[in-house]
Amino acid sequence: MAQAERPGGPAGRPAPVLVATGIDKGFAGVHALRGVGLTLRPGRVHALVGENGAGKSTLIKVLTGVHRPDAGKLELGGSEREFRTPLEAQRAGIASIHQEVNLVPMMSVARNLHLGREPRRRGLLDLRRMNREAAEVLRRYGVDADVTRPLRELGLGAQQMVALARAAGVDAEVVVMDEPTSSLEPHEVDTLFAVVRDLTARGTAVVYVSHRMDELYALCQDVTVLRDGRGVHTGPLADLPRRELVGLMLGRTLVAARERPARHTPDADAPPALRARGLTVRHRVHGVGFDVHRGEVLGLGGLLGSGRSETAKAVVGALGADAGRVEVDGRELTRRSPAAAIRAGVVLLPEDRKAEGLLPGRSVRENIVLAALPRLSRAGIVSRARQDEVVERFVARLRIKAASPEQKVADLSGGNQQKVLLARWLCLAPKVLLLDEPTRGIDVGARAEVQALIDELAADGLGVLLVSSDAEELIAGSDRVLVLKDGTPVDELTGERVHADALLAALAHETRPPAGDGTNGAQR
Amino acid sequence: MSALAPAGALRGAAPVLRVLRQYGVYAALAVLFLAAVVLDAGFLSAGNVRIQLFQVAPTLLVALGMALVIGTEGIDLSVGAVIALAAAVIPLYIGWGLPVALLVAAGLGALSGLAGGAMVAFARVQPIVATLALMIGLRGVASLLNGASAKPVTDGTLLALGADAFAGVPLTAWLAAACVALTAVLVHRTTFGRQLVAVGDNRRAARLAGLPVRRVLLTVYLLSGVLAALAGALIVGHGAEADPANQGRNIELDAITAVVVGGTPLAGGSVRVLGTVAGALFMQLTTAVLTQHDVPGSLTKIVEAAVICVAVYASQERGTR
Repeated sequence: MAQAERPGGPAGRPAPVLVATGIDKGFAGVHALRGVGLTLRPGRVHALVGENGAGKSTLIKVLTGVHRPDAGKLELGGSEREFRTPLEAQRAGIASIHQEVNLVPMMSVARNLHLGREPRRRGLLDLRRMNREAAEVLRRYGVDADVTRPLRELGLGAQQMVALARAAGVDAEVVVMDEPTSSLEPHEVDTLFAVVRDLTARGTAVVYVSHRMDELYALCQDVTVLRDGRGVHTGPLADLPRRELVGLMLGRTLVAARERPARHTPDADAPPALRARGLTVRHRVHGVGFDVHRGEVLGLGGLLGSGRSETAKAVVGALGADAGRVEVDGRELTRRSPAAAIRAGVVLLPEDRKAEGLLPGRSVRENIVLAALPRLSRAGIVSRARQDEVVERFVARLRIKAASPEQKVADLSGGNQQKVLLARWLCLAPKVLLLDEPTRGIDVGARAEVQALIDELAADGLGVLLVSSDAEELIAGSDRVLVLKDGTPVDELTGERVHADALLAALAHETRPPAGDGTNGAQR
Repeated sequence: MSALAPAGALRGAAPVLRVLRQYGVYAALAVLFLAAVVLDAGFLSAGNVRIQLFQVAPTLLVALGMALVIGTEGIDLSVGAVIALAAAVIPLYIGWGLPVALLVAAGLGALSGLAGGAMVAFARVQPIVATLALMIGLRGVASLLNGASAKPVTDGTLLALGADAFAGVPLTAWLAAACVALTAVLVHRTTFGRQLVAVGDNRRAARLAGLPVRRVLLTVYLLSGVLAALAGALIVGHGAEADPANQGRNIELDAITAVVVGGTPLAGGSVRVLGTVAGALFMQLTTAVLTQHDVPGSLTKIVEAAVICVAVYASQERGTR
């Protein structure tokens, strides 16, 4: 470790190794970071938290030389530095490991570990030494594997350890970890923690990005909270109760409780429009179950990474579920694919509008009728007249603002794009609507319209599952809220408890999980 | 900040590119045609026009199938080998009558397409790899069936199909025109056609919208295989011999060129049928004009390459955004 120049600070509070001040970074006119500061001290783990789009990744990329800040400065060991490339940052002692392992999967484990600084003998690679050293190093990280095999043959957790060993081996003064545990098994997480503690004992400063509260409180001493590209809080983590931390991350002035009058209580005897039991997706969702009745909006809340989107995807078969059953109107969905779910009347508005929803090169009309094509066709020939009729009806009903139905959907605003996708599903007359972040990235006006539409649809008798990271939206829009944490239901808010305080408490996981009755307490 | 300047300049150029992509190939075809006539009035003679049509028809048939495949963000390199396969089996089955020989050839084309489509749709092999494997393998099968030498074909109907004309226009061109019309209807008017471009535009969205993504992929490769087999029959009929070792060689590249020059983006999500026709004609005329004016073959190739570069650049809308 190159720590000879680390100046000692007063009373156990060593001088910072890295100080970032006033970092600004924009992309195409959108501010990703505005005046963000970060101070890292040797031997301490600094948590960096925030919801999606808060600017965590951008800040990390600025620290590691991937992005160059538009303004602000970085001081490393007391002197100002500017990194033009990730390599320069690495040479200066800032190492990073990411969610996805950035190594060469086809090369051997040992070669990956030594990549770019292979031991040589007479100008040639010293393979024997490389393999021997790699095996020694990795054993310390709990990886006992044949280092001559290709990296991809290792489990994800072991690959993560190789990446970490590699990063920590470069005499790093700062190690940045971006959600390192997201694909790890529990025992691998323990090993990772041990390694992190070992690193800090050697005086390394660690930046730890994770959305798992338990990990943060177990591992980190300091915390910086980002929200909408700004630093909203920084300080020791132990002084900050979980609930306040969650409040800082979400940050809205919450509507205390729903303002909408309670809807009619659904017929208890009728089977629910949608019933899910024991949904399980490896690493993501663990036995989630719930009922959605006709005319009801069930909110599905949870922090980033809680498995809320994955649950919705598993219901429609867009994500392969390892276990669990789904019933629509009391009838089990045996074939699990989006097409089968749609036939049964269950549709999903996906979270990532661009990647999973829109056909960017096609028109508004074609985007709306996409899923309905077979219904608008006779003998395989699509009726243009019936298309136009459907498009006209839904453009008017959802007030989609487009120059014409033939305008490319990519040219519309985010709100109108979202309405186009809603129209795609509504024209199928579904029974159950799963909405994953229906108002993300759309402007305030469109947001209110979409939220009003959800209410209206539920009033018309649709069952709605509303997945949202926005606490206010959940409270205002849902009849009940199921809260997930690490893929497991931890609480269900009903009646008076559909309230901001209860939601925050549940998100911070201060309540005990309801008694397990096989349905995770998600039933009425 | 300075990095933003070129992006702005590109955005300014986008409408020009859009128009170029939309109509460029027709304008270029018209200009080239006029130039050919001005340079040599004999270009318009019935004999020359027929030669051009004879030559372009098989390429066009293959290009139609290729356009469908490219519309799904795929590519089909196996078409040349399917032609060789058709050329290999036609002499073997022509004794049973032309319909049987054609059915066998088309059936094998369909089988090859299904194999390629299955690799792409189910095994998720990259289209270029899947069809490259077929391209190599099918040429091998063809030479196993036929041996190394060319075989003469004497079936009167097949020769007539390859060489005769109706109303002054070769039968092969009529056939190609019919296929163009059918493909245009398929792409623009049918459920399948609309699903095809959706799969090419955003496969994940198409899957989430419940589209039969795998069936669509299987079908486009199947159609491409059948069209290639049909083109093979025309080539055999026109040449009056079956020569699997040489027939259909490099036609996959000519077909891809026609599709790309015609304005269909390689990134998928759009199929331009008439553009493909214009692209095939344009490449055919370019070669013909240069050859007829005694431009050396090597230079002709270089000009073709330049045309492809311009066409690909113009079609690159998504990449620049």
